[in-house]
Amino acid sequence: MQVPAPFEYARATSLEHALELLAGHGEDARIIAGGHSLLPMMKLRLVRPELVIDINDCADLDHIVEDGDTLRIGALTRHAALLASDTIARLVPMITDAERVIADPVVRNRGTIGGSLCQADPGEDLSTVCDAMSSTVVIRGRDGERTVPMGDFHRGPYETAVEPDEILTEIRIPLRPGAGSAYEKVERRVGDWAIAAAGVAVWMRNGTIDDVGIGLTAVGLDDGLATAAQDAVRGREPDEDLYAEAGKLAAEQCDPVDDQRGSATYKRHLTAELTTRALRRAVERARAARTA
Amino acid sequence: MTTAPEQERPIGFGRLKRKEDPRFIRGQGNYVDDIVLPGMLHGAILRSPVAHARIVSVDTSEAAAHPKVRAVITGADLEPLNLAWMPTLSSDTQSVLATDKVRFQGQEVAFVVADDRYAARDALELIRVEYDILDPVIDPHHALDEGAPVIRDDLEGKTDNHIFDWESGDADACDRVFAGADVVVIQDMVYPRVHPAPLETCGAVADYDQVTGKLTLYETTQAPHAHRTLYAIVAGIPEHKIRVISPDIGGGFGGKVGIYPGYVCAVVGSIVTGKPVKWVEDRSENLISTAFARDYHMTGEIAATSDGTILAVRTKVLADHGAHNGTAQPTKYPAGFFHVFTGSYDLQAAHCKVTGVYTNKAPGGVAYACSFRVTEAVYLVERMVDVLAAELDMDPAELRMRNLIQPDQFPYTTKTGWEYDSGDYPTTLRKALDLAGYEDLRREQAERRERRVRTSEASGGGPGVREPLMGIGVGFFTEAVGAGPRRHMDILGLGMADSSEVRVHPTGKAVVRLSVQTQGQGHETTFAQIVSEELGIPPEDIDVVHGDTDQTPFGLGTYGSRSTPVSGAAVAITSRKVRDKARSIAAGMLEVSADDLEWEKGRFFVKGDPDSARTIADIAMAAHGAADLPDGMEGSLEAITTYNPPNLTYPFGAYVCVVDIDPTTGETKVRRFVAVDDCGTRINPMIIEGQVHGGLADGVGMALMEIIDFDEFGNCLGGSFMDYLMPTAMEVPDWETDFTVTPSPHHPIGAKGVGESATVGSPPVIMNAVVDALSVHGVRHIDMPATPSKVWEAIHTATADER
Amino acid sequence: MDVTLSVNGIEYQRDVEPRMLLVHFLRDELGLTGTHWGCDTSNCGTCVVLIDGEPVKSCTTLAAMTVGHDVLTVEGLEQDGRLDPVQQGFMEEHGLQCGFCTPGMMLTARALLDANPDPSTDEIREAISGQLCRCTGYATIVRSIRWAAERGAGGNGAGPAAGDRTEAQEQEVGS
Repeated sequence: MQVPAPFEYARATSLEHALELLAGHGEDARIIAGGHSLLPMMKLRLVRPELVIDINDCADLDHIVEDGDTLRIGALTRHAALLASDTIARLVPMITDAERVIADPVVRNRGTIGGSLCQADPGEDLSTVCDAMSSTVVIRGRDGERTVPMGDFHRGPYETAVEPDEILTEIRIPLRPGAGSAYEKVERRVGDWAIAAAGVAVWMRNGTIDDVGIGLTAVGLDDGLATAAQDAVRGREPDEDLYAEAGKLAAEQCDPVDDQRGSATYKRHLTAELTTRALRRAVERARAARTA
Repeated sequence: MTTAPEQERPIGFGRLKRKEDPRFIRGQGNYVDDIVLPGMLHGAILRSPVAHARIVSVDTSEAAAHPKVRAVITGADLEPLNLAWMPTLSSDTQSVLATDKVRFQGQEVAFVVADDRYAARDALELIRVEYDILDPVIDPHHALDEGAPVIRDDLEGKTDNHIFDWESGDADACDRVFAGADVVVIQDMVYPRVHPAPLETCGAVADYDQVTGKLTLYETTQAPHAHRTLYAIVAGIPEHKIRVISPDIGGGFGGKVGIYPGYVCAVVGSIVTGKPVKWVEDRSENLISTAFARDYHMTGEIAATSDGTILAVRTKVLADHGAHNGTAQPTKYPAGFFHVFTGSYDLQAAHCKVTGVYTNKAPGGVAYACSFRVTEAVYLVERMVDVLAAELDMDPAELRMRNLIQPDQFPYTTKTGWEYDSGDYPTTLRKALDLAGYEDLRREQAERRERRVRTSEASGGGPGVREPLMGIGVGFFTEAVGAGPRRHMDILGLGMADSSEVRVHPTGKAVVRLSVQTQGQGHETTFAQIVSEELGIPPEDIDVVHGDTDQTPFGLGTYGSRSTPVSGAAVAITSRKVRDKARSIAAGMLEVSADDLEWEKGRFFVKGDPDSARTIADIAMAAHGAADLPDGMEGSLEAITTYNPPNLTYPFGAYVCVVDIDPTTGETKVRRFVAVDDCGTRINPMIIEGQVHGGLADGVGMALMEIIDFDEFGNCLGGSFMDYLMPTAMEVPDWETDFTVTPSPHHPIGAKGVGESATVGSPPVIMNAVVDALSVHGVRHIDMPATPSKVWEAIHTATADER
Repeated sequence: MDVTLSVNGIEYQRDVEPRMLLVHFLRDELGLTGTHWGCDTSNCGTCVVLIDGEPVKSCTTLAAMTVGHDVLTVEGLEQDGRLDPVQQGFMEEHGLQCGFCTPGMMLTARALLDANPDPSTDEIREAISGQLCRCTGYATIVRSIRWAAERGAGGNGAGPAAGDRTEAQEQEVGS
């Protein structure tokens, strides 16, 4: 088996301790939580930190809290916990949908939402979810805390706004009335990255879609949101024609590439189809939540 | 140790829980990487990152200076020892460590030996190699172009990338039949490059004793004896000084048949350092450099009458062998047993031509349960039959039923020279169709198609029709396994016979020593059952010894489903020899003539007098005892047989598969798979079922997701399990299996072997189902793997594959 | 660095490099070779162990990260000479062939049954979907786990229960 290059290991006893360790090493240190993004890269020697800082003991980073009109998810929250959470299923079922098809059940015991977001693989699902939900992330450095909207969090493939001496601590998802959401993904096989995926959130009012977030995965959408599709949907009454239109616009806006997962043409079509399905289901859920 | 109360387990054939399980379920298996020897060092291989390049320089000085490194070996070091190159199983040569050029991405360039496995990996990064990149040959269709780069310039006089041409059948007869046929259909198809990918990678621990000159080599090998002989020839170590031990092997599937450079490097490393050296490859090494499977580019043609009598099949094949011809198959058959492509049908004529070429990819071709290219052959004919059925607008099950070889035609000689031993094909096909509820399935399919048309019309050009596309695939295969008669079949001059020894101890327990090598097939159980069936000794009282060349007789090992046909026969005959001797001894004990004795499993008694019975245990004690034995008889109860099979055996089967395809995403779900197999006499139904299940999962993998692909530069795109996808429990259905039994007339217990049947038979059946589903869109053929993208593209391409 | 791990209820202390993966710690430092490895990309699952009762791929975690947690390997399934029902189930239902994926499969099964004592076959398939088997085609693994589920947690060491499935008698001609 391939193994990492040598490094030092430190276990942070608290977030402050982790930041202190980071400050001493900057670019040469990496945070490890679940390790299922970082360690594979280190085994292939694509990444060679001198110091690995284990933050798994920072319990204050592991939480799912409905805090008024904000859902606060600690960065250290495991995929398995998100999947099992009734709160999540009730408030943001798109996360539950996504978690069902993220990696596999064993990896989900360890991988964290923070780790996934910070790895920023173009195929990463929770980034799309957070985009569609207009989330903000909380980033802590030695100097304090800053909140960053998801749009600014993305810097490109494998790049985020988290500086080398900072730690992502929390994801904040605004909770608004009339919400419904869904995630639709096609993969070649369980555990694979998405060929394409769509995450849609709607907020309904008086039978129309008051607001909408449409995120796409693995199809080259630079800033993460299918804005043309969103604009077309916002303020409209939902029906099959609207769903199809949203899908069409999302497909036009994305920019997939030919690769082993599929042809660009196919991925574009898939984007349309999955956007349509996710929007349809998000609306159904919003309606069901209202009548529940 | 009994695993069940005595009365619950068979003595002989039947459902017997496995004797080898107790150690595995405790994590006490002994695989190569579990082996630890005192002072053992660890090896790692530096591999070429490029597909084709001249080696300008190799600088190992920094690696050698690493404090934990004990040796660094390059091709230049091996050359003066005549070890830089080694023979392949196809009488070609392959680099152990590259000297002049690298010829595929992943080729071995240097070997480090270090104190631990982590340091060995670190040391690899310290070796500097300068490459002068050359244009690679990646597409086999261009390998023989004028001006194509010559890959094997190491071969004297070689000016192209051609390896062989090989033909079988009667081309003229085919021409005549095709010319006069009502219907001729032609279809190109590819059996893509795939990989056996057992979960345990390949590896070895080499322990060369400098004082005794003895080499003990623990290896992941399916053929320990063949390896021993080959090492003796190649490495110049006297054969009696080599001991090859296959410990427990975590899956082989034909990927652990050949000698890989890593094994040779481990041996050299041990000789050079004076310590045991362990080398175990990582997964990427396994996928990019060890024996791949298939890569056959085929054009099939089938000729028939308009009412559905199949007249002839012919095919041309371009075989991509990679940079060295390393296929493991009998010497006279460079395309293995591909000429069994005549399939299960009574044909008037057949012909095939196979052209093998070099490309800048890893060597291999024969692996992954192919039975020496029978996978390719069966795929070709079973897809052609379906293409014909579509052309004739005839039900594919009916078309097969009309053309199967009939029971009274056996033994049946095919138009390419095989003599099928036995079979009742129509009964097996009928059974599969009944088990599947075939007529109901077709009815359901018709209803769904009608609903689809109605929905499409009703929505008047709206969003894509969502009704899943249901496909039903049928297939019938005849395998050719159990190689083979030594005058026809040898590997590097070693005839494909296998031996066994059976010895009964004084207290009536026994040991059987085999020359074949289990990698999960349950030999410790099934071979005990064969002895048990013949001698009546309980299976738990029979020790099965295998895998150690010091403790077992010579044979060619396990692959091509040959263990039961060849070694099983050897064991049965050996046991009968023991029984015959026991009869004579019993006759002496009972003071009667041998003819006056009757045998009832486990004991001889005087005819009409059951109380006179002498058990095998009694007889064994008497054999070793002090009393007189019959004249000329020696005081032991054992025998040895080397079995030269008179023919191959021909297991067969009928399979039915149901798939549902989402037309808007291209995703294929295998809803059901029905398999009826006939492997002749059944030794252990539980183990047979397990072998079939495993092969069916292989079929799902190859049909839907497995492929080793390359980009135009020769970069291997299937070098990890993130890219080389295999089915999990979610992608396969609950298998529905049944069986028929037509014993092999020439095999002592009538058994035919089954290990590869399902891997051979299932891929075309699944693809037949996929094409059947897509036929409403005019699709006639789609190549494996039928990924969602490919399926969707097939549906939406303006013209379906029409050739 | 000094690493002290609790494995199968026993504390082990070793001095290892920080980069040592848990799978190598178990295999090479402790000689517990029942935990295997089979890939480089955390896909195959032959390295699965239980950490605090949850299946984890031990090739994708450091020994150092596991300090302070409890590890259960396949060697820890048998208690006082009594096999876990999962181990028995795999033998009863032919849930293994080469045995390489088996320790990981059994541990995941153990964790599944602890959380969900009566899982459906779909739930079983989902639970083992992060682990590959190249030999069995999975159906017998599912049956093995169902066998253990039917025998319940208290069946440690017991033989097959009454009412076990009956086997067809083999005939000379099956059709």
